[in-house]
Amino acid sequence: MGTQPINLQTSSMRLNTVRRTITNHFVTALAILSTILVIAPLVAILVYLIYKGASSLNLAFFTHIPKPVGEEGGGMANSIVGSGVILLLASLMGIPVGIAAGVYLAEFGRGKLLATLIRFTADVLNGVPSIVMGVAIYSLIVMQQKHFSAFAGGVALAIMMVPTITRTTEEMLATVPHAVREAALGLGVPKWRTAISVSLRTASPGIITGCMLAFARVAGETAPLLFTALGNQFWSFKLNEPIAALPLQIFVYATSPYDEWHRLAWAGSLVLIVLIMVAVTLVRIFANRGVLKGNS
Amino acid sequence: MSPHRMTLERDPNSSTSMPLPVPVPVTAVASPQTSDSNVPPSPVRAFLRARGSGRFADVTFSTLMLLCALSIFAIVVFIASILVARSHLSLVQFGWKFFTRQAWDPVAGDFGALPFIYGTLATSFLALLMAVPLALGVAVFLTELCPQALRAPISFLTELLAAIPSVVYGLWAVFVLVPLMRDVIGPFLYKYLGWTGFFEGANFGVGLLTASIILAIMILPIISSLTRDIMTAVPNSQREAVLALGATRWEMIRTGVLRNSRIGIVGAVMLGLGRALGETMAVTMVIGNHPDIAKSLFAPGYTLASVIANEFTEATGNLYTSALIEIGLALFLVTIVVNAIARLLVWAVTRGAPGRVH
Repeated sequence: MGTQPINLQTSSMRLNTVRRTITNHFVTALAILSTILVIAPLVAILVYLIYKGASSLNLAFFTHIPKPVGEEGGGMANSIVGSGVILLLASLMGIPVGIAAGVYLAEFGRGKLLATLIRFTADVLNGVPSIVMGVAIYSLIVMQQKHFSAFAGGVALAIMMVPTITRTTEEMLATVPHAVREAALGLGVPKWRTAISVSLRTASPGIITGCMLAFARVAGETAPLLFTALGNQFWSFKLNEPIAALPLQIFVYATSPYDEWHRLAWAGSLVLIVLIMVAVTLVRIFANRGVLKGNS
Repeated sequence: MSPHRMTLERDPNSSTSMPLPVPVPVTAVASPQTSDSNVPPSPVRAFLRARGSGRFADVTFSTLMLLCALSIFAIVVFIASILVARSHLSLVQFGWKFFTRQAWDPVAGDFGALPFIYGTLATSFLALLMAVPLALGVAVFLTELCPQALRAPISFLTELLAAIPSVVYGLWAVFVLVPLMRDVIGPFLYKYLGWTGFFEGANFGVGLLTASIILAIMILPIISSLTRDIMTAVPNSQREAVLALGATRWEMIRTGVLRNSRIGIVGAVMLGLGRALGETMAVTMVIGNHPDIAKSLFAPGYTLASVIANEFTEATGNLYTSALIEIGLALFLVTIVVNAIARLLVWAVTRGAPGRVH
């Protein structure tokens, strides 16, 4: 009789261990399952995109401008060039400002309240929806000029690039050891020169990568261009006229009821993604080789 | 002006290792000939002087950098003020009631944002409902369970999801997800969950549920990668301590990792929410674009962002445009608040002291 309670206790303990083990395995299985569930749509999207895009691509896509409804063929040459123009404009405006703001945060603003506020504002600005940027730039530039323009599109994208670049630049500069700066300052190099030739140069691969990521992010943006650049079915290189852009054209074609246009939308999507990936990879390679070092 | 340089000028003979010339005061940079020293300047110093230096350049440079940094403030202030200015007409006409009215009649000039607010909240909430458990699962798997060899490729794949443009997600949703919803998922939900009232009525494939699914796919990588960062920030000693007490791996994850990172996880979820609220293109392409408040998730809806995207360029009349800009203003303010709270929470975890024991 004396052993009875002890036996009871051990069996309940054993039950407890079994329960805990089962829970453990169950949760492990859940985690694995959710990972599979997340990866499945990604693989589905990529595979389907490559399949549809590759079967729709042809040379005409890169050399022709869109044809009227009902006609076969045509391409998005003007959209590819238009995207290039807008992105170039955006980069010219956004990258210098973004890097400069990052330099301020990392080199001059360490520990200052102002810097913390700016850092916080940049993070918050990063989360502002792109469509709001479009509305704001429309209100500022398009309403004033009374016409849509490539320039307005460029400004909208530039504003979206600034906070991302600022934060990466700052983070990259923060990894530069203080000893390097102190060595330069100790030689009598002025602070501005230290910031440019020592800190920025040392951190340049990371900063270039950050710029490319910001670039890749805005390259696929459609919403801010809807009512700034507007889109164009014909060739246009003028900055104060509506200009075509690849994401805009994909949107227009995807929501149209014509099979031929759907085909072009798939081809356009594949080209857009490949362009983004190629841009990012190329610059990463160059940044690692040091070819672009010091250019920032 | 660096402190190092100041020391040099004040006490030029302190450095004995190198015969330094008598340093020229900063003001003499413009005219180096004023140096009264007979010793020729060292090549290093001459080089530096030739490349320009001094207080003026330093102050100019730091002011320039400061201006660029301040431009970030300026951008936020400018967006807010221009949106307020341009939505003035609608603000005056409708006041606060704008956000509680259901009417959306451009012809009669009668505008209310409630259907769009409902659409935005419903799709974002549903998307979070689907994305958060999955994102947590992925983060737990990647930080705690995953074999080392799989970690990098899976992280890379989830990161790749974030690089795909919104419009491409939309394209995929229109041609793959919508037919799937119409022919497979929709009928299935109707058959088994139709009694709840959430899955009834005509199912065209486009609607709130489809929009929520594509939103969930889009915000997953953001939430999971942030959550992963936060979980990685939990010190290993926490894990070891819990394991040493005899806990199973799940108990270790629950009490040692998840508990310590819960504030950060809430922040990550809110960042995902901010993204979901403002997501435009993919949602616009599959939500059906109908300003209606329906209980059924099969019903077409409309969100704040997609009504702007669809109707802005064709808005005729100042009041119509002004009402749309006011919707933009509302979206701006809401996302600012959501993002600010989220950032504060994430910062509190990743910047603060290592995980506390509760």
